Formats: sequence, C-alpha cells, structure tokens
Amino acid sequence: MDSIAIVGVAQTKYERRKKDKTYYDLVYEVTRDALEDAGLSLDDIDNVITVSNDFLDGRTISSMAVGEAAGGYHKNVSTVEGDGAFGAFYGAMRVLGGFKTTLVVAHSKGSEGDMRYVTNGMFDPVYQRLLGLEAVSSSALQANAYMEKHGVTEEDFARVSVKNHGNAKNNPYAQLPMDLTVADVMQSKRIADPIKFLDCSPVSDGAAAIIIASEEYAGKARTKPAWIKGVAHCADAYFIGDRDLADPKSLRDAAQRAYGMAGIREPLEEIDIVELYDAFSYMEPLWLEGMGFCDPGQGGKMIDKGITTMQGSLPVNPSGGVLSAHAVLVAGLARIIEAVLQIRGDAGPRQVEGVRTALAHGINGPCGQSHCVWILAGNM
Amino acid sequence: MTRWLDDVEALTLKGQIAVPYTWWVGETGSRFLIALRDEKKILGNRCEGCGTVYVPPRKNCGQCFTDIDEWVELAGEGVVTAHTIIRFQYPVQPVQPPFAYAVIKLDGADVGLVHIIKENLDQLKNGVRVRAQFREDRTGHILDIDSFRVI
Repeated sequence: MDSIAIVGVAQTKYERRKKDKTYYDLVYEVTRDALEDAGLSLDDIDNVITVSNDFLDGRTISSMAVGEAAGGYHKNVSTVEGDGAFGAFYGAMRVLGGFKTTLVVAHSKGSEGDMRYVTNGMFDPVYQRLLGLEAVSSSALQANAYMEKHGVTEEDFARVSVKNHGNAKNNPYAQLPMDLTVADVMQSKRIADPIKFLDCSPVSDGAAAIIIASEEYAGKARTKPAWIKGVAHCADAYFIGDRDLADPKSLRDAAQRAYGMAGIREPLEEIDIVELYDAFSYMEPLWLEGMGFCDPGQGGKMIDKGITTMQGSLPVNPSGGVLSAHAVLVAGLARIIEAVLQIRGDAGPRQVEGVRTALAHGINGPCGQSHCVWILAGNM
Repeated sequence: MTRWLDDVEALTLKGQIAVPYTWWVGETGSRFLIALRDEKKILGNRCEGCGTVYVPPRKNCGQCFTDIDEWVELAGEGVVTAHTIIRFQYPVQPVQPPFAYAVIKLDGADVGLVHIIKENLDQLKNGVRVRAQFREDRTGHILDIDSFRVI
C-alpha cells in the first residue's frame, strides 16, 4: 500500500444536547478546525466525504445537506451511511485511488430524535422490528450470551465503566467524566439485564473531522502525520440469531487483515494503545478478544490484571471511550482522532508515554455486525 | 458569540416522519407467514450446500451464496440460548415490561429465532425449553406467535 497519513483532526466537545448548534454548524466548525489543525486551506482539499444517517437526522439524503458546511461546494462530495471509522476507510481508499487529500466529516445529534426508534429501525421490518428490538435490548442479548459462554460477570463489565469514565476526566471533549465505583455501576438502574444504566453509553451531540493525505501532500501539512499502516473491515450475518453473539469473528478477521498489512505479529507487544467502540461496557472485553489481545473468554481479566488501565501496558480507551461520549457515527471517527492525538503526543493530561502504534476501531450494525480496524503509527 | 443562548430556551421545530410502507415479505417469507397463520406451524429451510437450517427461512444462503429449496417443518419448541429481561418501555414494544427477549434455538433449526417471553420470567435462564404460543386471531405476521412460554 502507498503511504498515506492522517494530517488534520478536529472534534467538538460531546454534550447531551447542543442547543446552540445545528447539524450544519457542527460540521462547519469541525471542518474549519481540521483545516486549521493541518495548516491547510480548502484549496488543498480535493474531495469530501460526509458521514450521516437519515433516520438520525430526520431527513433523506442527509449527507448532501451538509456538503457546503464540509467545504464541499463545487467539489467531489460523496457519502457513507455508517460509522465514521467506515467513512474514514472510504476516505483512505480515495487517497489511495489518486486524490491528494480527503476530508471526512461525521455529525449527529442524538438529542433531536429518539435513539430507541432510530435503532429499532435497523432491524428487519418483517421478522424483528415489530418485536420492539433496538440497540439496548439486542446488545443485552449479546452481553448475556457472552457471560453464558465464558463465565464473564457483570462486575467485569462494571470495571470497564469505572475505568473509562475515569479516563474521561482527562479528556476535555468527553461528555461524562465520572468518579464511579463498581458498586455504583452494579446498583444503577437495570435497563435490560445484564445491562444497567451505567453500562450504557450516553445519548450525545457532536461532530468530528479528519484529513487524510497522500505521502506527497502530508509534507504540506504542519502536523506530525499519523501514518495508516493497516486498515480492514469485515461483516458478519445480519440476523443476530444467525451469529454466535459471544464470538466476534468478523472483528477477528478485520483485525488479522489489518495486522497483516501493518506487519504486526504480536499485537499485545506491538500496539501501544487501543481506542475501541464500547457502546456498552461488555463490548470492551469482547472486542479485545476479537482483536486477539487475549484468548476468547479472557477479556474480563485484561482489566483485572491492570493491562488496560492508563498505567497498564495496553491502555484501552484513554479518551474515556464511547461510554463517555456517544455521538452515533461520529464515535468511530473520534476513536481514530484519539489514536492520532496519542501518536502525535498531543493528548494532554491523558497522553500515554511513547505511543508509536495505535489501534482504532468502529462498528456498524446490531451487536457489532461489522467491524473496522485501523492501525496508525508515527513512523512511516 | 452565542452566549446569549445560554440564558434562553432554544427555538425548536417539532416534527415526526411517518412514511407509509408496504413491504413485500417475499416468496419465502410468504410461505413462512402463511404457515404461521393457517397451520400454526413454524417453517424453516435447509441449505443444500452447508446444511444450515434457517429460521426465519431464507431464499438464499448468505454463507454459500446459493438458492435454498428444501423446506423443513420445525417443532414449535426449542431451547433458550440467550435472553434479556426488559425493564424500560417505549411504544414499539408489543407488550408491557417486564418481559423478555430470547434467542431460541428451535428443535431442528441451526440458527436462533429472536422472540418474546412474557410469563414466568423467574424461571427463565439459558438452556430452558420453551414452546410457541399462537394467537387466536392470526394475520400472517411474526406476532402470530404471541410469545414463547417456558415449559
């Protein structure tokens, strides 16, 4: 693969409700800030990808409504309906395909719609939607299947929530920095067993943008490039009943392909930090298993051993993760942005020392149907 | 610049998108739903390539990318392989919480069917056997199976 890099990043602070910003305002703000971060102007951007979801925005062809805010006027604008990590994947493809620079921008305002209805809409209308399934209840089935298969406990999940909300205290963009105890999580309101209130990510508003550049153009930016060493995605079956919900095999496949591209043989030794899509606390250990950082069923022990804490050998979600801010679709791009900031050494009080290689991850579809894995590095 | 907004309630526009759809349930889906309606039977189908018995039945096997032609009549009973008790409410749910969703491996099927369990939630755990309860007024709908009951 040709050398390409992320040379500009920007995100809004994530909040429960941004009453002072429209979608358009959010996209404009992060586009402008990403250009400023990179030290590039709109003339340097030769194509734009917007990431949005029509159900979330409450309008069809929602992506085209923000084209100008994304600097796309009279430019090549195209669209990804899915998580931002997948939008960025498409952006990387475009740079590999000959564009010099791609700006990828994602936005969402969970506050303006109703996430229960929006996520109910992802299920098959004939067989599943009318049962009332949505994101929380389907994920609860996955959490239950995971506990059943491997003996993972609700306390294991609670420790993830405690860690990630604690990490968020060092992230000025996070929505929910919190000092929690395992008891706080365990005693929080039961929503859909085994998922409790503090196992859930919040409803959030926010936007994020990145600029991906060819090797030639990366030198024009003022930032230290975060080189894209490997990136892959893979999808499992659509119907959740068709899958082994406790075995994220599409993640395993995506991770192995990304590692192969990046020349990574021992992920636990070669990767310095992980930013993964923890929409619910149980997802962190399950996804760590899929990424090959431990054997199946051992994900819960990663945190017990202190491996995934800020002081551990593999800090996971130093940003606070999706549990601490979940602007849907934006969240995968936020994982990539945190990985870039960590590689640059720009992560402020949450900076992990000596980050050379970082993994960022996004999901799409119910219960992590599809996974996208990114390997970014400071050295070309 | 926008500080004045801190002190006021934002002006918003309330709306709702309600687009009518008439989804064709498909050739395979028709046979499945008609069997629920007219015979109180749950049909699956078997892929010749990999042997997987699907429910709901599929016209094609996603794994083998081939057509599926062999129908299988499944038992109205099976085993719960995953479950969750729902404690929050919103209008799309067809029953009042608390109720459960379960992934049910019907006898004779290789994949799980997601459906509802309403009663005896205290007896619900993975591995318990459940049986389909059909409605009296069936219309060719997934909720012609009213729910599954722990047996």
